[in-house]
Order: sequence, then C-alpha cells, then structure tokens
Amino acid sequence: MKTSFVLGALTVAGLAAGAAAAGTLDDVKARGTLNCGVSTGLVGFAAPNASGEWEGFDVGLCRAVAAAVLGDSNAVEFIPTTGKTRFTALASGEVDLLARNTTWTFSRDVDLKFEFTGVNYYDGQGFMVPTELGVSSAKELDGATVCIQTGTTTELNLADFFRSNNMNYEPVPIETNAEAQQQYLAGACDVYTTDASGLAATRATFENPGAHVVLPEIISKEPLGPLVRHGDNNWGDIVRWTLNALITAEELGVTSANMAEMASGTNNPEINRLLGTEGTLGEMLGLDAEWAQRALAVGGNYGELFEANIGASTPIGLARGLNAQWKNGGLLYSPPFR
Amino acid sequence: MSDTSFVRQEMLSEQPAPASSVGFLGWIKNNLFSTWFNSILTVIALGFVWYILAGVLPWTFLSVWNAGSLSECREIARQVWGESHGHACWAVINDRWIQLLFGFYPSHLYWRPILAFVLLGFALAPVLFPQSSRKLLILSGLYPFILPWLMWGGSIWSPIMALIGFVMGYLAIKNLSERIGQLGAIFSSIFAAFLWWLLIGPVFVDLLSANIPIALESVASRDFGGFVLALLIGIVAIVCSLPIGIILALGRQSDLIIVKAFSVAFIEFIRGVPLITLLFVASLLLNLFLPPGTEFDIILRVMIMVTLFSSAYMAEVIRGGLAALPKGQYEGADSLGLDYWQAQRLIIMPQALKVSIPGIVSTFIGLFKDTTLVSIIGLMDPLGLSQGIRANAEWNGIYWELFAFIALLFFVVCFSMSRYSMYLERKLQTDHR
Repeated sequence: MKTSFVLGALTVAGLAAGAAAAGTLDDVKARGTLNCGVSTGLVGFAAPNASGEWEGFDVGLCRAVAAAVLGDSNAVEFIPTTGKTRFTALASGEVDLLARNTTWTFSRDVDLKFEFTGVNYYDGQGFMVPTELGVSSAKELDGATVCIQTGTTTELNLADFFRSNNMNYEPVPIETNAEAQQQYLAGACDVYTTDASGLAATRATFENPGAHVVLPEIISKEPLGPLVRHGDNNWGDIVRWTLNALITAEELGVTSANMAEMASGTNNPEINRLLGTEGTLGEMLGLDAEWAQRALAVGGNYGELFEANIGASTPIGLARGLNAQWKNGGLLYSPPFR
Repeated sequence: MSDTSFVRQEMLSEQPAPASSVGFLGWIKNNLFSTWFNSILTVIALGFVWYILAGVLPWTFLSVWNAGSLSECREIARQVWGESHGHACWAVINDRWIQLLFGFYPSHLYWRPILAFVLLGFALAPVLFPQSSRKLLILSGLYPFILPWLMWGGSIWSPIMALIGFVMGYLAIKNLSERIGQLGAIFSSIFAAFLWWLLIGPVFVDLLSANIPIALESVASRDFGGFVLALLIGIVAIVCSLPIGIILALGRQSDLIIVKAFSVAFIEFIRGVPLITLLFVASLLLNLFLPPGTEFDIILRVMIMVTLFSSAYMAEVIRGGLAALPKGQYEGADSLGLDYWQAQRLIIMPQALKVSIPGIVSTFIGLFKDTTLVSIIGLMDPLGLSQGIRANAEWNGIYWELFAFIALLFFVVCFSMSRYSMYLERKLQTDHR
C-alpha cells in the first residue's frame, strides 16, 4: 500500500515535471544554446574538423535552427550520440533536437513518442561489390557473405530482401563503418551493404574506387530527418519550418549570396513572406520576422548545404537524385509559406 | 733410458673456452640450437618474426608525414615508392594529434590540463617516492581540489568550500570521538560535512564570488575529450577507488552485520555486472529517472560509475591482502591495546597493502584501459574521436594509424604504472623472508 503510494507520487511528480518542461523554445532561449544531438561521426553529415568545430549536412541544420531561434549559428552545443544512446538523449531532454541521420519509421514516430519534423535526406539501402565478382544485380547475390552493421534497420532490411527473393546469405556482423571498410577490403565479405550515401562515401575513400561497383538496387526507403519530442508542437513547428525554409529558399532561388538583396523586397510575395518582409509568419512561430533570413545566412539554402557537404563537388560526390526539388524530379516538396 | 712414462710436472695454462660455447655464438648454441627440436622451433620463430617485421617496419617507417588528406598521402606514397602498397599515412596524426590529446578543450586553455597533470606528478611524488620532500604532501592533500578547478574552471570558492567541508568533518571527528564514541563521531562528522556542502557552503560561495571574484574561465564537460578525458576519468577513479576499496574490504570483514551485508552486496553486485552496463545506466537510465532538465553532468556520472566499479574490484584485491596476514598480526595489535582504527592504520593495512601491490596496480591498469569504453556512450575519448576524425571527408578510410597512436599513448601510461609497481615491490620486499 505504502509502496504503491510512493510510486504513484513519483509518477505524478514525473508527469508534473514533464509538463513543466514542455516549453523547449523557452528553455533554449533561457539557456542561450541549442543542444543538438548529432552522430559521433558520419562522413558528410557530422564530423569535428581539426579545430574541433562540427561540420556536415546534419550539423548545418542544427546551426540553421540555432540561428533562427537564437540569432547565432554558433550557439549550438553539439552532443555526439551513438545509435544506442540517441533516442534516450532526446527523450530525457539532454538534447532539444536530434539531427542524426535517423530513419523515420512508424515505431520510432509512434511508439517511441517522437515527432519527425521532415526529411532532410532521402536515402536507401544499397550494395557494393568488387567489380571482379562480375555481379550486376543484387538478385545475383545468392550465397554471398555480407558485411552488415549490427543493430540497425539495414540488418532487418537485408534479411527481408533475401527472404523475399528466396536467397541465402552469410552475414558478417561489424560494429562501425570504418571496420566495415577494412573487412570488405580485406575480402572478409563479398558484399558491403549500408545506406547508399554511406556506400558512395566509402567507395570514394578506396585506393581504387573503379574496382568496386554500387549495385543499382535500392532495397529500402530510408527517409532521414530531424526529430523532436512528442508534445511540444511549437518547438516541432520551429524545426519543421526551418527545414522547410531551407528547401523553399532553394525552390524560390533564394541563396546566401542574393538574400540580402531580396530581403529588401521582391515582386514575389512568397519570397517576401519567407524572408519576413511581408506577413507575420515569424511571429506565429514565436520568433521574429527575420528568423528564416538568419537560418539561410548560415550555410545557404538546402541546395547550397547539400553541395557544400555531400554534393558532387565534395569527395563524397552524391548526386541529388531523390533529393532534388520536386520540379526537377526529386521528392523535396515543402508546403507553401502562406 | 728411462721407461718412465711422461708425467706432467706443471699445470697446463688456462685455455679460452671453445668459440662455440662462449660469447655470442655460445649463447646462440645454448639457447637457440641446443637440440634439433629447439633448432626447428628457432627457425620457425625467426621466420615468423621476420614475416611480421617485414610487414610492419616498412609500413611504419616508409610513411607519409605531411599531407592534407588520405588521397594526398596516397599520391605522395605513389610518387616516392611507386605502386607498392602498405605505407602508413601518419599525416593524420600530424594533423590531429592535438585533438586526440585534448579533445574539444578550448585551445587557449590547454595550459590548464597540462598544469593539472604536471601538478599531479608533484602531488604523487611524496606518495610514490619516499625520498622526495615531505612538504609536497600538502600539495597532495590539496590536489583533489585543485584538479577540478583547473579542469572545469569557475570560481575558486567552490573548491575551497568543498575543502572546508572536509575540515569540518575532520574537526567533528576529532572533538566528538572522546565524548560520544567513535561511531557517533563518524556519523556526526559526515552530517557536519554534508550540512556544510549542501546548505551553508553554497551561500558562502555566492557571497564570496560576488565580492571577491577569483575565477577561471569555465569549460563545459562536453568539451572534454581525447586523452585528457581518459586520463581524467582514470585518475579520478584510481584515486577514489583505493580508499573506497579499503573501506569496503574492511566492511566485508567486519563483525557489524549491516556494514558487512552492505559491503558484500555492493561488491558482489558491482562485480557481477559488466562495466558497460553501468555506463549505460549512467548515460541512459539515470537520464530517464531524473526529472527532465536536471543538469547532472555526464562525465561526473561516468566517473562515479567507473569509480564504484573499480572500488569493488579493489576491495577484493585488498581483502586478499588482508587474508594473507597471519592471525598473529591481529592478535598482536589487540595485545598492544590498540583500538580498531589504530590497529588497521599502524599494523594491518601497511602489510596488507604491501602484499596487494601487484593486484592493486593491475586493477589500476585495467581500469585505465576500461576508460575507452566511454566511447560507446558517445563521449569523445580517443577512440570516440578517432571515429569523428574518420568521418571527415579528408581522412575517411584511414584506420590503423589512429589505433596505433592511441595504443602508443595507452602503452606509455600503463607500462610506466607496471614498472613503478615492480620498483615498489623490490623496494618493499613483499615476500616474508
């Protein structure tokens, strides 16, 4: 009786504390820094440079949100999270925003009580094999040994793919991407499978990239996006619309170069609404009118961020593919700023 | 004339031993080729050593030191050595060694961790080497308060107030043990110290920091990383685990049932659980239990867990030392009329610790190496940083060089610990002769 009372009291206290901490925006403003969960290191998406500053595509989103909310793209505390710690870090309030190439799935959204605020990279699982193997399709991989990172969705996708095609495979479980590269190059496995972006980045590091080929099949949908906790819709809106602002800016041709000029007023009302010279969109978010301008000033629009971190001009050299604007045959389609 | 056969009249002069049994050749013959079986083993072993060295040495020494990226490294290697493979790219170490040592610690404050570790040397000197000046013991006593202040910065008054808390505890124990007995004195000293730390101290800290602001620039725990983080966790855990371990070991042998039960439960529970589980508890479970928004530093949580973990092992090592003492030592102490703590301090512990030195040091070494596990919960120790470094476009694909460098760092520390323990053993002559 007594124990249950204590437990009940604790639960009430926990709920009260949860309710009290609902205002993430206020917390962030009071703290003066945004706690952003990123990967401990993923090529092109998040990595510390030689002077200890974080760089990458996911990092760019964190900085954009920080600039929109706090006016300073450096007011971000980057908190490296592993695949195992990332969700607890977000659920416990250690981070305000998780931008860690996390796949948007039903159970993560619903069961883990998170809110995915959009997709900043459409990925999919692919296969890489040595050219000398003479394989041209993933359907020919029956009996292959496959290097696979454990504890990820890729592991489950792989099992599904082979089962639905009535093929067998021998898994070689590995922990990190770096280890996978070594194992694959040493011939411990015939095939390396992970997200296609990761395969491209890995292949680019090989001494002889031409000796390896990424197979055309993409066996899964991996929409990677930023996520926040359930229950704080205002904060979710800020993250969602910061991402949408980056995407819309590219669609409308607003870049970091011409933004200052456009901010003085244009003929296009949507650009004006986006940049805050018309309407009260920023106010509705609980921010000021220039929030999107500041977000865009950090690393430019979505396309600029893409090109600078993972695009064709970088060693990773990813094509836009699915991540092109909808007008160019991609999937990027931001709701209108109205 | 005479048929007397030859009789030697004088001693033959000494001849040098045959060349095959002395000097280098003799050594080889005796040690490497003494029988046909040993000869075969020698040849096989030499072949194996040659095979390893032929791979490792060119890789290590025919290497590139100055390059901006892995591909540049490969380009330089191709120009210098042609198409041959297997040249290390130490350029990554050249580029990132400062980061591997200091993590994200602000670069204009590097003097602080360096000073902290130099002071550590001085603080440890009187403990480790009896011939050094006794006055350094003052530094050893103050060091636990200097270390956090140097590493984390902030107001000087917090460590001073923490120190005063210990002084209060000490005063309480000293003045009260006559009046209310030893156990009561211990409890009231703990009470006095906590009263000071939790209620009175913070008030003074605020007051003094406002009026006499002496402070170092604060450094957030998140900025700790690299080898400094490993050393910090290692040192804190090593320093704290020894006294806790001693207390637990004594508790386990105690006649007081509650103390004994608690010690046994603690030791057996902690030893029955892998360290990585405790680290996950520190990083994940505690996060969920504590109310949202609680700022309980992750590095502090990890330090506490690692300390608890090693204390349990330490307690068992020391218990081994206690068990090795003949019963006569305890009886002798009793017959001299010493009380429990005097007996422990003057007779039992010096001998028990002496016996357990190898065990203690090997626990320390194991503990120090275990600090690399924190990379699994996302702390940027050298191993965690190596993953971050590989995630840069310019160094993606580099592998062994980073591990080799980290291994070297750890080897230096662990090897010195092991050498020190051998020196200590020789000096103290732990065997009962």
